[in-house]
Amino acid sequence: MDAALLGLVTVVVGVGGCLAYFYFSNLFLDKVLFPASGPNAGRNINRANQIRPWLFLFPAIFALGLYLGYPVVETLRLSLTDRDAGGAFIGLANYQQMFGEPKFWEAMRNNMLWLIVVPAASTAFGLLSAQLTDRIGWGSIAKSLIFMPMAISFVGAAVIFKLIYDTRAEGQEQIGILNAVWLQFEGGVGSFLALKLLPALALLAFAALAGWLAWLMLRPLRRPTVPMWILRGIGAAFAAWLVILSLGAIVNIIGADLPYGQPQTWLTIPFYNNFFLMVVLVWIQTGFAMVILSAALRGIPEETVEAAIVDGASPLQVFFKIKVPQIMPTIVVVWTTITLVVLKVFDIVYAMTNGQWETQVLANYMFDKLFRANDWGVGSASAIIIMLLVSPILVWNVWNARKEMR
Amino acid sequence: MDNVVGRKSGLTWAVHISVALLVMLWLFPTVGLLVSSFRTADQISASGWWASLFPAEQTVQVRTGGADVARQEGGVWIVEGNLFVDDPAAPKGDVSVESFGVSSRDVSAFGPGETAEFGEETLTVNEDGSYRYTSVEEPGGRGQRVFVTAEVPPDFTLANYRQVLFSGNSTDSMAKAFFNTLTVTVPATIIPIVIAAFAAYALAWMDFPGRAVLIACVVGLLVVPLQLALIPLLKLHLGIGIGKGYLGVWLAHTGFGLPLAIYLLRNYMVGLPRDIIENAKVDGATDFQIFTRIILPLSFPALASFAIFQFLWTWNDLLVAKVFLIDATGETTVMTNQIVELLGTRGGNWEILATAAFVSIAVPLVVFFAMQRYLVRGLLAGSVK
Repeated sequence: MDAALLGLVTVVVGVGGCLAYFYFSNLFLDKVLFPASGPNAGRNINRANQIRPWLFLFPAIFALGLYLGYPVVETLRLSLTDRDAGGAFIGLANYQQMFGEPKFWEAMRNNMLWLIVVPAASTAFGLLSAQLTDRIGWGSIAKSLIFMPMAISFVGAAVIFKLIYDTRAEGQEQIGILNAVWLQFEGGVGSFLALKLLPALALLAFAALAGWLAWLMLRPLRRPTVPMWILRGIGAAFAAWLVILSLGAIVNIIGADLPYGQPQTWLTIPFYNNFFLMVVLVWIQTGFAMVILSAALRGIPEETVEAAIVDGASPLQVFFKIKVPQIMPTIVVVWTTITLVVLKVFDIVYAMTNGQWETQVLANYMFDKLFRANDWGVGSASAIIIMLLVSPILVWNVWNARKEMR
Repeated sequence: MDNVVGRKSGLTWAVHISVALLVMLWLFPTVGLLVSSFRTADQISASGWWASLFPAEQTVQVRTGGADVARQEGGVWIVEGNLFVDDPAAPKGDVSVESFGVSSRDVSAFGPGETAEFGEETLTVNEDGSYRYTSVEEPGGRGQRVFVTAEVPPDFTLANYRQVLFSGNSTDSMAKAFFNTLTVTVPATIIPIVIAAFAAYALAWMDFPGRAVLIACVVGLLVVPLQLALIPLLKLHLGIGIGKGYLGVWLAHTGFGLPLAIYLLRNYMVGLPRDIIENAKVDGATDFQIFTRIILPLSFPALASFAIFQFLWTWNDLLVAKVFLIDATGETTVMTNQIVELLGTRGGNWEILATAAFVSIAVPLVVFFAMQRYLVRGLLAGSVK
């Protein structure tokens, strides 16, 4: 257990060193550099107080700068240079090479799918479970059980779900629950209801939601401005695109010829396997969404709900017209937080498929380039792409935080 | 909420049922792993884990005793015994035979108590597994093959945990990886707290030019993907001689954890009552004293929240460990990495995989259930509103 001893020593040295640094630097400032005595006592105290914040901040600023600030710049530089040519500047050649690779576009497409499905599903399930568990006595127990996957590592979750998706040859006992359930369907009426009508209805609901959003975007504004209209136009177009996609999917599902009775290797079915991977992240993130949204729901002023009920609103109306609009800011926060997680998702894909069978995502593509192909240029370029995708959220967060501080 | 105007919703039972379904759906995957980790390899491949909770009909292949226990009686060789006792591979416990057979083409040809005659041999198997085998020729060393279909009660074993934790087998062993993970986690959780606490105090309670910009920077750095940091920092570590190892991974986790730590702690400290701090200042306390004597003890909930986050994150991390810690020798492998490797080498051995995964999940789960209050509080404070 040498390593454990080393760890213990590090804790003691690290913590002790930090405390000693703060203590002695303050002591030095007060006693030696600007002593609060003698002829200049008043001026010295003021000076010491000007310097002190920087003593407190120095280790943090140093670590942040070195471990997060510097890498951003350095990665940008690496993405513009060629490692094999001794770090020569090669402009956008790395990006060009990357854009020429089908694997990159596959990763982009999958990432976009992840970005739409995972935050939407996690937030929806989170909202549903928050609303339901708040109304029953054993709700807190239910909550902590739904929240539990939060503590499980992505790798652990990958193992858990690989067991669910496990496949045995036809005729053998299936030990993966998904195949065991799948083999119960034989193509009769029950199969049609469960595997075609139900998904079609779910998609129809989703299309309706997207259509409603598109309509909201195009609703006349009280004080219309041009940039607002452009943003709304983009939003409406996106929502309309989602409507078309889901309507197309409904047609596909109804017309699909499903291979009943044959065990499926779920993770190797192109395109759909992405959804089987997404389920893992939805399973983990729903608890997070539920906890935050449940706190927001409880923060809604009771009078607004009471007033709506007195006015004869149905429970559904209360939920969608009174509660949801009031917690909209929190929903946005939850959505963006999960979006950030999705953009960085690596472990799940790495452990379950490693990007095979068209399941590549950007973070795993980057890892592949860096450590398997040893191509630092393209690897850095893909990291920059991830950064670009994150940056709207970064700007939005900073903007919000500053607004709050004023 | 529905009974505010004096009427109780008739849908309460529907709510109860939906929540129960939801909870079951969310628990089901984890329970599957837990149950599988207590089953043997044969049990896992014979039936789904959900079947193991109930008595199951199971067909196994066992052997009677061989030549060493056979005795000769009037020109015939006789072997007697109990199938479930003699054969180590047979199911144990309160098992009862439903049917048996001697040919793989018809494994349940005979009922208990019946006698199978094949060639010059006979075999009788009773319900409790006891048998009588006769043969004109001297039996071979391995005994007669018998297929037994039996009603087997739920049966669980700790053998997988022994294998994974104590066997010392280098491919399966999680013991070393467990201690490595612990070694990574503890310093990587504690050190950022100390650094961040001082910085958070300065950002919350000290007045200096540039404070707002710094806070904005911290909020911005919260979302910077750590993927960007991998190559530059690895280059840096290799350049200054840290290389791949514990020191590197501690530093990396410290750096990556700081934005959240500073953000959480600052938000909490800024909400502490101003009077206490001003009174202390009037009484002549220095900033250092105010920080260590007043702010730190009062900030305990926020410190605990962050500690849990950082603990869960470093314990569950794969990427940072792979990049900064694990070298070619694999001596410093952590549990997440060990499991990914097991997925490659032992892909079909669910008993090992499930147990290894559960060993790695167990500690975070305990921490989660013990400290859930602080975790929730941290989440609520940490999501940028």
